[in-house]
Amino acid sequence: MTETNTAAGYLDMDLLRFTTAGSVDDGKSTLIGRLLYDSKAIFEDQLEAVEKSSKSRGDENVNLALLTDGLRSEREQGITIDVAYRYFATPKRKFIIADTPGHTQYTRNMVTGASTANLAILLVDARKGIIEQTCRHAFIANLLRIQHVVVCVNKMDLVDWDEGTYNAIVEDFKKFASRLDNIVEVTFIPASALLGDNIVDKSSNMPWYQGPTLLYHLETVYIGGDENHIDARFPVQWVIRPHSDKWHDFRGFAGRIAGGVFKPGDKVKVLPSGFESTIKGIHTMDGELKEAFAPMSVALTLDDEIDISRGDMLVKLNNPPQPKQDVEAMICWFSADKKLAGRGKYILRHTEKEVKALIHEVRYKVNINTLRKIEDDLVFSHNDIGRISIRTSAPLIADSYRRNRITGSFVLIDEQNNETVAAGMII
Amino acid sequence: MHQDYSITHLKQLESEAIYILRETAAQFEKPVLLFSGGKDSIVMAHLAKKAFYPARLPFPLMHVDTGHNFPETMEYRDRFIAELGAELVVASVQDAIDAGKVKEETGPHASRNGLQTVALLDGLEEGKYDAALGGGRRDEEKARAKERFFSHRDAFGQWDPKNQRPELWNIFNGRKHHGEHFRVFPLSNWTEMDIWQYIKLEEIDLPSLYFSHERPCFVRNGVIMAVTDFIELLPNETAQVKNMRIRFRTIGDATCTGAALSDAADLDAIIGEVAAARQTERGTRADDKRSETAMEDRKKEGYF
Ligand SMILES: Nc1nc2c(ncn2[C@@H]2O[C@H](COP(=O)(O)OP(=O)(O)O)[C@@H](O)[C@H]2O)c(=O)[nH]1
Ligand SMILES: [Mg+2]
Repeated sequence: MTETNTAAGYLDMDLLRFTTAGSVDDGKSTLIGRLLYDSKAIFEDQLEAVEKSSKSRGDENVNLALLTDGLRSEREQGITIDVAYRYFATPKRKFIIADTPGHTQYTRNMVTGASTANLAILLVDARKGIIEQTCRHAFIANLLRIQHVVVCVNKMDLVDWDEGTYNAIVEDFKKFASRLDNIVEVTFIPASALLGDNIVDKSSNMPWYQGPTLLYHLETVYIGGDENHIDARFPVQWVIRPHSDKWHDFRGFAGRIAGGVFKPGDKVKVLPSGFESTIKGIHTMDGELKEAFAPMSVALTLDDEIDISRGDMLVKLNNPPQPKQDVEAMICWFSADKKLAGRGKYILRHTEKEVKALIHEVRYKVNINTLRKIEDDLVFSHNDIGRISIRTSAPLIADSYRRNRITGSFVLIDEQNNETVAAGMII
Repeated sequence: MHQDYSITHLKQLESEAIYILRETAAQFEKPVLLFSGGKDSIVMAHLAKKAFYPARLPFPLMHVDTGHNFPETMEYRDRFIAELGAELVVASVQDAIDAGKVKEETGPHASRNGLQTVALLDGLEEGKYDAALGGGRRDEEKARAKERFFSHRDAFGQWDPKNQRPELWNIFNGRKHHGEHFRVFPLSNWTEMDIWQYIKLEEIDLPSLYFSHERPCFVRNGVIMAVTDFIELLPNETAQVKNMRIRFRTIGDATCTGAALSDAADLDAIIGEVAAARQTERGTRADDKRSETAMEDRKKEGYF
């Protein structure tokens, strides 16, 4: 940590968001506790508090899981209930971890944590090997288009640091992973989260392993290719009209770039209206920019006065998305008390737009343990994943999720209770 | 194409916060930005300025005033808001006490910190604000680590941590029923270090309390407290009051904000101190020490 305070280093760091997945007791919380602890992101008073509660709970070692399990009911039950976000930094990178717990909310939590992650760590208990749940987690990581996966074979201390056991697990996973087409890169690491082997420091117990430690991998994995810098997409979030003398005619379209690169002079088209214009300037409080790309928040001005409002999208002419009212999507159903069935009506929120959505047809559900399609039971309940078709009340300016995570994703909202009941990925 | 289209993590955090601020202005009818005069709310207000530049902020700032302020905080507040050209709304704890809505704690450990919740909820209701932007960060405290960017509050202003809406990608669901409101936290993903580095990068002016200075202090329960008109000293404490070189790591109600011994007189020195720190910034807050889940319990009731 101390090296991160040199301003130059700190101002140069990039950001990696990752998520952890594993079944209950595989060691997720311990692993995160270890990363935080060994990278000195944990403070003395936090550690003292954890030591104190470990003791009063009768735990033998300092229970690093208590660092992440902050809610009263989590501490009482010794489990993680909700997605918890944790932060740490090394001189190379800043990290945001989504710790996604198991139990009944599992799929919902992992999908949530995975939606913004660049990388997923899948924990495997070395004693148990690749189990149904590992496959499920890999499937979700792939579905949410996480391009980098680390399979961390944990609890190696409990299998006598045995190389054969590890190799068998690696082979098992590879066989299965060939079916996951979105994952670009899989890295395997044998570890003991509890004792710290191969997490931050190289393990002396496993001299047969030549690869990187987990932290080294997290610090160096290349994520520059993750964003789509080809298809220019600018969802308009807000229109800036200063109404002041100095900025009398200023009309800036504010938003966060969802893909591609925009420059002054670029020809753009407004969707859904189809009007075309040219970018006059890219504005920020720090001055005008020569170019802007995802995920920058800027304000664009155009050469022509055309009617543009929140929910519209500015795109470049070469590869515009086709506005459509019939959408095919994979969804994950979140609601615990309401089910989704054909012909249901919801509010659909996509980029900066809300429309009404009618579930046109439920195509199939996926048995996420076997990855087989289920076609005889088409009612989605809690944690179910599958494919549906939707008709919307107004056109969506959307891409496929594979091309763009921002313009290809949506949520469904229950009109009665306003809950977010599903997450969707456009096919 | 070999061009590197990447931005630093601070720029990513800035962009994310601006996105959330614009989303709040767009999704709610009447948002308000909670401004305490502490560094997090200062950074948040600065980001709000950036989000809507060159227009003015499309919402007012609200100060939940315990009446127990360091004079430096008030001076700073008035200057900052005048420069920003924003509207200030004050939700006063003193008013709530005078109106008999809350009862003031008495004795040497008396604090108005808990009473802020009442003043805040009243202030939101009175102004019919449906979203309150807060400077809370998830790294501050373990209950905050579970907080959403858009955090739903029921008609009583309460938070239900076990039943929160999932937040995916950058889609934020701010739909609500009449009488309910949202707390919005644009700085959720920032750490204390990020805040300091950003203050330096953006050359943001801060209240002088954050920098090392001398003032009369005493120690209570291992926490250094400044002598103010609002704290009743115990007999043994009066004797040990002395001038100390201190600075504040957080700025809140003067009765519960502890100071730290420090020579850090500028941002670089503070950044060095934060990097080497062995205690979280809230480690100096007496209000969090009341129990293991003190923050969660207060947040459920409607605290910041
Ligand atoms: N022997 C051993 N135990 C471990 C290891 N990692 C975690 N554990 C233990 O496994 C139990 C469950 O760990 P926890 O981190 O709470 O699992 P989670 O449910 O995945 O978050 C705890 O008792 C840990 O101490 C490891 O590498 N070796
Ligand atoms: Mg856990």
